[in-house]
Amino acid sequence: MLARIGRNALRLYTAFALLYLLLPIAIVALFSFNNPTGKTNYSWVGFTLTHWAHIFSIPGLGDAVIVSIQIAFISTLIATVLGTLAALALVRYEFRGRPATSLFIFLPLATPEIILGASLLTLFVAIGRPPFFPLNGFTILIAHISFNISYVIVTVRARISGFDRRLEEAAADLGANEWQTFWRVTFPLILPGILAAALLAFSLSIDDFVITNFTAGRTVTFPMFVWGAARIGVPPEVNAIGTSFFALSVIAVAVGTLVQRRRA
Amino acid sequence: MLLAFIRRRRGVVPLLLLAPALLWLAAFYVYPAFQMLQASLWSGTLETGFQFSWSNVATYPLALGRYADQFTRSLVYGAAATALCLGLAFPLAYFIAYRAERWRNLLLFIVVAPFFTSFLLRVIAWKTVLGDDGFILGPLKALGLLSSDFRILATPAAVIFGIAYNFLPFMILPIYVSLEKIDRRFVEAAKDLYASPWQAFRRITLPLAMPGVFAGSLLVFIPSIGDFVNAELLGSAQTKLIGNVIQSRFLVNNDYPVAAALSFMLMAGILAAVFVYARLLGTDELESGIG
Repeated sequence: MLARIGRNALRLYTAFALLYLLLPIAIVALFSFNNPTGKTNYSWVGFTLTHWAHIFSIPGLGDAVIVSIQIAFISTLIATVLGTLAALALVRYEFRGRPATSLFIFLPLATPEIILGASLLTLFVAIGRPPFFPLNGFTILIAHISFNISYVIVTVRARISGFDRRLEEAAADLGANEWQTFWRVTFPLILPGILAAALLAFSLSIDDFVITNFTAGRTVTFPMFVWGAARIGVPPEVNAIGTSFFALSVIAVAVGTLVQRRRA
Repeated sequence: MLLAFIRRRRGVVPLLLLAPALLWLAAFYVYPAFQMLQASLWSGTLETGFQFSWSNVATYPLALGRYADQFTRSLVYGAAATALCLGLAFPLAYFIAYRAERWRNLLLFIVVAPFFTSFLLRVIAWKTVLGDDGFILGPLKALGLLSSDFRILATPAAVIFGIAYNFLPFMILPIYVSLEKIDRRFVEAAKDLYASPWQAFRRITLPLAMPGVFAGSLLVFIPSIGDFVNAELLGSAQTKLIGNVIQSRFLVNNDYPVAAALSFMLMAGILAAVFVYARLLGTDELESGIG
């Protein structure tokens, strides 16, 4: 009896916690269909598809989205290459100072974003000349690569640490040299881990506000646009774009999972 | 030539692989921290230029004295948000690990789903939900269950709730990972030895889940005390945190020395905490929350 009450209480609690997690996401999506009368979009007025049909009608919003996508793309590319190489070194080789290196790579993840942003800002101000100062898209890019490197290393390392080394030995036994073994055996096997890390890096970059706020200067990314709009009222078009990003990420994760499953 | 060198000295391969990432972090993570230390000892303004002097170390006690309230508030709100996350996360992680069965992957996906929505839009969504006449308080007020001037928005509770929401997944995932690793035969053995379900949980499951609890607490507490977005959007002038001060000193007032001194004190405190944790637990436990 008591056990059953406990089990139902746990179930109820779980449902409540899941609701807490999902509620804001649902609100963001719901209010993209709202038809607010004033500038603020905080209370429900009526259903409309207008804001989806004219998603880029707000001045500056389209440009901000494009800037965000460009920065996310380049920072993901660079951080994924640098991070994957480092992750390979940490998983595949025994060397002195490996635990210290691991701790060092973990530190940026354990530093509040505001500190990362603030310290980069002082660096750029101290350099005091182009291309670092005045702040611009290039300084945002440097900042995004910096925080993404650690995320990529940690993700790729977690995904390749269960890797079966005998597959490589088999390739070597069959006469493949090291270069061939890497590209024909190792790389295809660790590719899903690299893609997962790249997806994470892309979504962190496109959504980053705190660090970008410190390194952007006059450059407006999508989160910077939202922050600016938050003071006067966020238009429903912004919700529509946020909802699109959410839908695209969910699709990307779902496709990734299905591809993984088919391979396994 | 290079390849021949690498073939002869196999030991350099990991160094070559690590070098680009480590050099990048040295240039844009470590060096900026020193730059910030230096900036905290500057005097002058952005227009006239900054001068470095050790005598400017007086900025530290000055800044600490002037913003002691915000520092304390950040610590208190951070601790409250961490406790709230722990209370929310533990039962959920327990359910996902032991009771979810075929729903497990879906539930884990829901846990990370907030990360796929814009961070700022989620905070703004809470503003909608908690609004004075929003769809939670509005009906309660209409029914007369709450007085018409009751509010959550612009109170410390709203800020703490917002912070807890932002970092909840960082608490759930490490706890889930350590619960999932537990060998359930220990619990069966306890029950065979006449332990009640509660005793088995208290004496077996809970102690074995502690690494996840510690890692999760750190992963929530650290970003929490740097928050300024929740305090700005959900709070009021009375809920400003040290993050708000750092943000406005840097970006509105261009008061780099004070802002840098505050940032540096915050960072030094956090790094000390991380090192203590790493010594006690090892880094693997911490990383399990992100990996």
